[in-house]
Amino acid sequence: MPLLDISDLCVRIPTPEGEVHAVRAVSLRIERGEIHGVIGESGCGKTMTGMATLGLAPKGARIEAARFHFDGADLREQAKALRGKRIGMIAQDPAAALNPVLSIARQMDDVIRAHRTLPREARRREAADLLAATGLPDPGRVLKSYPHQLSGGMQQRVVIAQALATGADFLIADEPTTALDVSVGAQVLALLRKLVAERGLTVLMITHDMDVIAEACDRATVLYAGRSVETGPVEAVLQKPGHPYTRALLAALPDAAPHGARLAAIEGSIPPPRTRIAGCAFAPRCPKAMPVCAAEPPPERARDRHTWLCHLPEDAA
Amino acid sequence: MELLRYILRRTVLSAFVVVGVTFLVFIVAQVVPSDPAALYAGPRPTAEQIEKARQELNLDAPLPARFATFAAAMASGDFGVSYKSRRLIAEDLKAYLPATLELAVFSTGLALLIGIPLGVLAAARQGRWPDRLGSFGSIAAVAMPTFFLAMILQLVFAQWLGILPLSGRLSREIAIGAPLPVVTNFTLVDALLAGRLDAFGNAVTHLVLPALTLASYPAGVAMRLTRSAMIEILERRHVVAARTLGLSEPRILFGHALPNAMGPALTVIGLSFAYALTGAVLVEIIFAWPGLGRYVSEAILAKDFPVIAAVTMVVTICYVVMNLLIDIAQALVDPRVALS
Ligand SMILES: Nc1ncnc2c1ncn2[C@@H]1O[C@H](COP(=O)(O)OP(=O)(O)O)[C@@H](O)[C@H]1O
Ligand code: SF4
Ligand SMILES: [Mg+2]
Repeated sequence: MPLLDISDLCVRIPTPEGEVHAVRAVSLRIERGEIHGVIGESGCGKTMTGMATLGLAPKGARIEAARFHFDGADLREQAKALRGKRIGMIAQDPAAALNPVLSIARQMDDVIRAHRTLPREARRREAADLLAATGLPDPGRVLKSYPHQLSGGMQQRVVIAQALATGADFLIADEPTTALDVSVGAQVLALLRKLVAERGLTVLMITHDMDVIAEACDRATVLYAGRSVETGPVEAVLQKPGHPYTRALLAALPDAAPHGARLAAIEGSIPPPRTRIAGCAFAPRCPKAMPVCAAEPPPERARDRHTWLCHLPEDAA
Repeated sequence: MELLRYILRRTVLSAFVVVGVTFLVFIVAQVVPSDPAALYAGPRPTAEQIEKARQELNLDAPLPARFATFAAAMASGDFGVSYKSRRLIAEDLKAYLPATLELAVFSTGLALLIGIPLGVLAAARQGRWPDRLGSFGSIAAVAMPTFFLAMILQLVFAQWLGILPLSGRLSREIAIGAPLPVVTNFTLVDALLAGRLDAFGNAVTHLVLPALTLASYPAGVAMRLTRSAMIEILERRHVVAARTLGLSEPRILFGHALPNAMGPALTVIGLSFAYALTGAVLVEIIFAWPGLGRYVSEAILAKDFPVIAAVTMVVTICYVVMNLLIDIAQALVDPRVALS
């Protein structure tokens, strides 16, 4: 049984201008101990999928799903109880995720205290140990610091240490390297891999960067316009992509190009989240689109443990 | 280190403000009037009196020298003589200033103690009944005329319930029956110095109603400011992050959002304090409180310039010191303040 088991998740957010269909039909099956990448252009619903899993969808959001389970518990009822105990988050921008007016010691201590009853000295040691486990060289000095006194990479390690302090075994990392320098980002990815191996964690890695998928993930799911359109082991998805969107993503990846802003290289843009979509959402941009594509939802295609949604027959992929 | 430099910078700035105000007071008291010596000498002065005043004020010296004389006198606490009562102003201030400061500190503390938690609560329950009730209450607290609130409080707590004294700083039994040795003129401090817990408690009960009256306006403002700051901060990502870390809601509200929202609330202290120093004339009259407000308002009616100048100076210094403390408190709450 997968640790996180989501099937056809749909999140609608009421706004003054009408309902926003932030997530239309996302399915995710994440096995214990894996790093599962979720990739797609900005606005395709990655963050909202993660927030719904944490029970932090905006007020009034309607969440529907065929299955929405974490370790057997229904997230529609249990998300709040699981959040901060078994499910943790690592945010995109560590500078914003840390409270600017509290020392790191205070912020670490608050997390440890929320989860365990320990004397002050033991909590302090625990905080230092956790910071050391994230590869921070001088935990004592970091504890005395305020967030603005640390570099982005150090801040992100503190955020990871906080997530570890909750004892959570499932972490949702939302673009954990986007705000960091490339080399620092690579270090953070290596750290996450190490923690997954050492502590038996499971990670949902949200990213818009194929490099992150290639570097850090075991399996990946591609989102397009609020739907999961392809999922499978990373080698299969990268080397033999089934969905034309995934192929476009990879084709837009000139090997020598600098990091960032690569996905913009695909012609056109994702449909706005208020439009109704009858068939394949990618049809207006798809080089292989056929008349049926815009009219009917695409069927599931499969090759080994690798699946995607497309009207093109499997051998044409 | 940054903090020390920040405190030093603020202190120097405060000193400049005090010098500036001293200069203004000097201008108003000695330069603007056509014949300051006549004013200084009091009503219907004789020629000798005016001449004596001219010499005392050093009026024939050049302006900078006169200012130096004036500033030196102010600095040494020599505020001169009230021309109306002919008493030493410094002696008067020794009685009035402590009474006012006691009230100002007490009411400011009360305003924060009431306003901040209510603002946090309103923000946490935004749009629901605690918020609506709080908003209504804060508008009422700000809009209610002070004298009216004072009279209502007296009616309810002194007359009907009889649990708090009507007015004054001490009950007659203590003030006359077993008087406190006067050391600082802060009744609370004098009671403690004398080891008189009965007098201390008695003084506190006398403080409650006037302090509550004075606290109403700043408490309402503190509540509004805390509420809006909290609403903004509760949306920030570090609060969302705290939620994903399993912190309890009270811990998030008071431990992770309130410190960031304290800035605006702290500025209310300055407002409340300044208001309590001289703006509280009606409250002082209604509660028979021997404070600066009454002292200076009588001086204004009598055109008693030396008293007006002295009170202006003292109030300015109190206010500047208070603001300096607030600035330091801000820097302690938010370490980034010292960097800017
Ligand atoms: N609080 C919100 N209110 C209304 N619409 C939102 C809100 N948050 C996200 N959306 C919309 O939902 C869609 C998915 O957003 P998001 O999950 O943040 O995308 P991603 O993380 O993939 O960039 C976007 O079109 C976005 O505009
Ligand atoms: S269903 Fe049609 S439009 Fe959609 S990706 Fe496949 S070929 Fe392209
Ligand atoms: Mg996002």
